[in-house]
Amino acid sequence: MSKVRALVGTRKGAFILESDGKRENWSVSGPHFAGWEIYHMKGSPADPNRIYASQSTGWFGQIIQRSSDGGKTWETPGGGPERSPQGWPMGESNKFVYDTSAETGKPLTTHQWYDGTQHPWEFKRVWHLEPSLSDPDTVYAGVEDAAIFRSSDGARSWQELSGLRGHGTGPKWQPGAGGMCLHTIILDPADPGRIYIAISAAGAFRTNDAGKTWKPINRGLRSQFLPDEDAETGHCVHHVAMHPERPEVLFMQKHWDVMRSDDAGENWKEVSGNLPTDFGFVIDVHAHEPETVYVVPIKSDSEHYPLDGRLRVYRSRTGGNEWEPLTNGLPQSNCYVNVLRDAMAVDSLDSCGVYFGTTGGQVYCSPDAGNTWAPIVRDLPAVLSVEVQTLP
Amino acid sequence: MIRVVIPQHLRTLAQVEGELQLEIEGRVTQRSVLDALEARYPMLRGTIRDHVTLQRRPFLRFFACAEDLSHESPDAPLPEAVANGTEPYLIIGAIAGG
Repeated sequence: MSKVRALVGTRKGAFILESDGKRENWSVSGPHFAGWEIYHMKGSPADPNRIYASQSTGWFGQIIQRSSDGGKTWETPGGGPERSPQGWPMGESNKFVYDTSAETGKPLTTHQWYDGTQHPWEFKRVWHLEPSLSDPDTVYAGVEDAAIFRSSDGARSWQELSGLRGHGTGPKWQPGAGGMCLHTIILDPADPGRIYIAISAAGAFRTNDAGKTWKPINRGLRSQFLPDEDAETGHCVHHVAMHPERPEVLFMQKHWDVMRSDDAGENWKEVSGNLPTDFGFVIDVHAHEPETVYVVPIKSDSEHYPLDGRLRVYRSRTGGNEWEPLTNGLPQSNCYVNVLRDAMAVDSLDSCGVYFGTTGGQVYCSPDAGNTWAPIVRDLPAVLSVEVQTLP
Repeated sequence: MIRVVIPQHLRTLAQVEGELQLEIEGRVTQRSVLDALEARYPMLRGTIRDHVTLQRRPFLRFFACAEDLSHESPDAPLPEAVANGTEPYLIIGAIAGG
């Protein structure tokens, strides 16, 4: 029987939850990296035992952890007493250095600061790790301040794909409340050259040449906080999701508005429909039904909790616009948690499982595509991210 | 032999317990101590000083002999008591919430 493994990143460590395909009885392992913020963990589709984790704190900065045995043991890649050709130990798995201009040697670009002035890029942390679909040693990192890095040596060293920051709109990017983060990386399984990314607050971008050149894909997005509501960049995209069998179709939870594109991001249309509020962070797609989409509506951008204290996942089976609340097993009174942007995932068992974690420390599982829910755990630290692996 | 105390989270990361002991060749300064620490424990690179600028991370402090040396020149000699191993060099996490 198949198994599932949920990788949960929290404010104070990582947890690994495992179950058989019934998804009723769970084992809980953790906290791993206790006391550290784990923004994200994700397993390699090419080797599920290879898992990457982003570990950080304000005190000690960024650490990258890697497991080759499904999360039982971990290492900092290249962190042992190894020697480079120059004779100096490497220890560079946490070294994220932005490219500079090849002509001048100066910073490639600047971005807009909160007061409207221009500000240099400063590395803060890794928000998202996206392993390659085919090579366990290749992994992408989305970082704050917003940029994308790539490692092809199992996270021992990182190189920026600087065409993203260098394509010209960088000076118009600005940090959202959570910082200026690149939080979403989507790899197209049908086209190794095509990657989608999203940044708060800059918008969505796409490359068709494996990261050399990028273009903004934000036509159709409207944001009231921008002087030009239809601007090419500057939108606060919270998350983007894609079904792997339909890489042209994208679903987006923007700051406000749930959006859909049917042409690889060239054009977007709003599909918020009958949602009670269209603010939120997460969005995901059913593993077997590309038109079935999930969101968790949040009251507003200043009230980061569910409307009326009722935790409801909303499901659309029509690719948006028509949404139904899913409440069976979720608290329907006095619930004031948030669900952060990387904290929802699906498994690919025959009956698709849907998972999400809350800032109150609960991780919920629905083994029947959202019809019924039950908490796997109730009292973890605030959940930052949830990823799920379906294992043989 | 130089004695160095690092925060608990960095001891976990480096897979060590208690005080560390480092051999330093030449002058004993904050820079030579941190260079030796990172050479012996490469996983600590970037966690105490920035990889590129080698600036102290903002929420860490460097103490020795009841003095705060955080703002001293990294190339200034450390007190003789640290150089001869009588007193440890302390890397301290600031009280900064969290």
